[in-house]
Amino acid sequence: MKRTLLVSAVAIAGLAGMATAATLDDVRAKGFVQCGVSTGLVGFAAPDADGNWDGFDVAFCRAMAAAVLGDPSAVKFTPTTGKTRFTALASGEVDLLARNTTWTFSRDTDLKQTFVGVNYYDGQGFMTHASLGVSSAHELDGATICIQTGTTTELNLADFFRANSMSYEPVPIETNAEARQQYLSEACDVYTTDRSGLAATRASLENPDDHVVLPEIISKEPLGPLVRHGDDQWADIGRWVLNALITAEEKGITAANVVEMAAGTNDPEVNRLLGSEGDLGSMIGLNSDWAVHVISAGGNYGEIFERNIGSDTPIGLERGVNALWTDGGLIYSPPFR
Amino acid sequence: MTDRTLPQRSFSVGMLLYDTRYRAMTIQVVAIMCFMLLVAWLIGNTIQNLNALGKGVSFGFLNQPASYDINQRLIEYTSRSTHLRASVVGLLNTLLLAVMGCLLATVIGVFVGVLRLSHNWIVARLMTVYIEVFRNVPVLLWIVFAMAILIDTLPRPADFRGENATASMYFGDTVALTNRGLYIPEPLFMNSLGDLPVLGVFEISLDLLAFVLVLGAGLWATARIRRRADRIQEDTGIRPVTWHWRILLLAGPTAFLLYILGFTLGLPELKGFNFKGGIHMRNSLIALWLALSLYTAAFIAEAVRAGIMAVSKGQTEAAYSLGLRPGRTMSLVILPQALRVIIPPLISHYLNLTKNSSLAIAVGYMDVTGTLGGITLNQTGRELESILLLMACYLAISLSVSAVLNWYNDRVRLKER
Repeated sequence: MKRTLLVSAVAIAGLAGMATAATLDDVRAKGFVQCGVSTGLVGFAAPDADGNWDGFDVAFCRAMAAAVLGDPSAVKFTPTTGKTRFTALASGEVDLLARNTTWTFSRDTDLKQTFVGVNYYDGQGFMTHASLGVSSAHELDGATICIQTGTTTELNLADFFRANSMSYEPVPIETNAEARQQYLSEACDVYTTDRSGLAATRASLENPDDHVVLPEIISKEPLGPLVRHGDDQWADIGRWVLNALITAEEKGITAANVVEMAAGTNDPEVNRLLGSEGDLGSMIGLNSDWAVHVISAGGNYGEIFERNIGSDTPIGLERGVNALWTDGGLIYSPPFR
Repeated sequence: MTDRTLPQRSFSVGMLLYDTRYRAMTIQVVAIMCFMLLVAWLIGNTIQNLNALGKGVSFGFLNQPASYDINQRLIEYTSRSTHLRASVVGLLNTLLLAVMGCLLATVIGVFVGVLRLSHNWIVARLMTVYIEVFRNVPVLLWIVFAMAILIDTLPRPADFRGENATASMYFGDTVALTNRGLYIPEPLFMNSLGDLPVLGVFEISLDLLAFVLVLGAGLWATARIRRRADRIQEDTGIRPVTWHWRILLLAGPTAFLLYILGFTLGLPELKGFNFKGGIHMRNSLIALWLALSLYTAAFIAEAVRAGIMAVSKGQTEAAYSLGLRPGRTMSLVILPQALRVIIPPLISHYLNLTKNSSLAIAVGYMDVTGTLGGITLNQTGRELESILLLMACYLAISLSVSAVLNWYNDRVRLKER
């Protein structure tokens, strides 16, 4: 009895040890990437009419699957709330998290996560009912504000109102859907979250014109995908998949022309990226044509942006600071060399 | 004779297994060792894995500033207060909800339980329907349902505004019922005595303390008068009229104290986005209070019915034959005896209500699960520590509730001599 217990204990401990070793090997062994996304935020991650996940964050998950397994559909999605996301990642339930997560010091260090980059530069804003006639966040003294709990949002909000010596009544909400219900029945005057999320929520309301997004941006919210601390190889793959998408836009590689360009071009960096020159793929443990798969999965960064959240979609976000650095934005990739 | 023929063998190790005198003991010792090994392995494994992740167990985060705001605060709290204080604020909110819930559930439960035994067919059936409907739907759904009704049907604060207001306040503009909650007048004291700091942690209003003391003294005095009246009635058969003395002793000093303190009512008033002033009972608190009370009351009603039915019918007949009316028979004869059967299940229903209050986050009520087990956990990333503390909190609440009620149960239990 005692011995069986000991043996099984050792066996379980051994298994647990293996599971944390190398995420890349794990993903290859099980044949899919387990990706943590939000519980449903149109444009970023939401299931479409056929139940397929689609969106800006989902596209990154698919790019990762394409890089590692060569198949953008080899992804399983785990919807996570603001509260459950870090636990899901830390416990190994998901391999990576692409869920409008703000890169902060304590999350990077104390929570033991590794952010692989920024795929959307955001800031916290306020949405309110047009009928209230509010035109600035500085007029919100005494307002009742719905916040998604477990986010940086509630900390920024506390800081903003404290710094401006105003009072407010916070109403903590678990998911975007509950926030909508409270906001629409005017149990809250204001809904606050990242401006991209506000735009997405506003677009999904019945009469978007009855709601205004106030001009103030009260925080910096660099959103990006993240992985667990301690597996540098997996983090490197995430970082360079993101950089590949950005470089592809910079070099004009699109989903349509990537196969043609992979045959070889006059630009050595394009050749190194797409694997027709050098051996960058094997340096991070992938095939030499990994970037070809990444780009053909959903196009380059610009294509993904325009298709999911760009100005022609209902979300209608301008590129703004999320334009390439060559266009005066902040999106910038280190060189593939 | 047979005793003497038994061989006097000395103790050997084998006897631990083969001798029936020791075998049971051996098995228990081995079992408890296995159990302790399992526990030790689980704890060791957890600590080892947390260390491997670089997240050793530490409670230091409790002294860091919480940086978030809490809407319902029973003690002073700002976003600069510590996580520990945020947890205490949450704990007090949990206790408030639990006490309010237990009180209302008991009142409704006893009422419904008695009515279910009514001879009036419609009343009895209605109560049966109430019990079955509430008992058989998960309490989380009742909470969400209650909240949805509150926020969707009640008027918005904006409806009270302007010339063409579609909603109005009640009781001479003193009470406002909105979809953000209930605003009622608050007691204010012009000549306030100030606050008394307790252990440097929180402050108790001296006005409230004085009020409670004076009221308590009044109650004590009226109890003395009633006991004296009882004694005179037993001695002489005539009960002296005392009600005017009792009312005077109870109301006189309290009214005088309120006058000295400059008592006024702070009325809620629509200012800006919300009503200001008065006491704000938030929609989340009301929804939880109603849902938890109505749900638990259905169980308590069944316990009450069982208790009443456990009292023999002869007791009722005896009471009737003494000329007691049905109402007095119930309150003086049946219920006191039924209590002995009711109290033990009642304890567990109270505990259930307290534990079910952890569903509060579903409607955004900041109880201890919402602060310590929610935002604090999330912002600090200390899952294990937060959850352990949270479990300790609920354990402490539940054990205290059950200790108090068990003591009460011992008092009302049938005295067997």
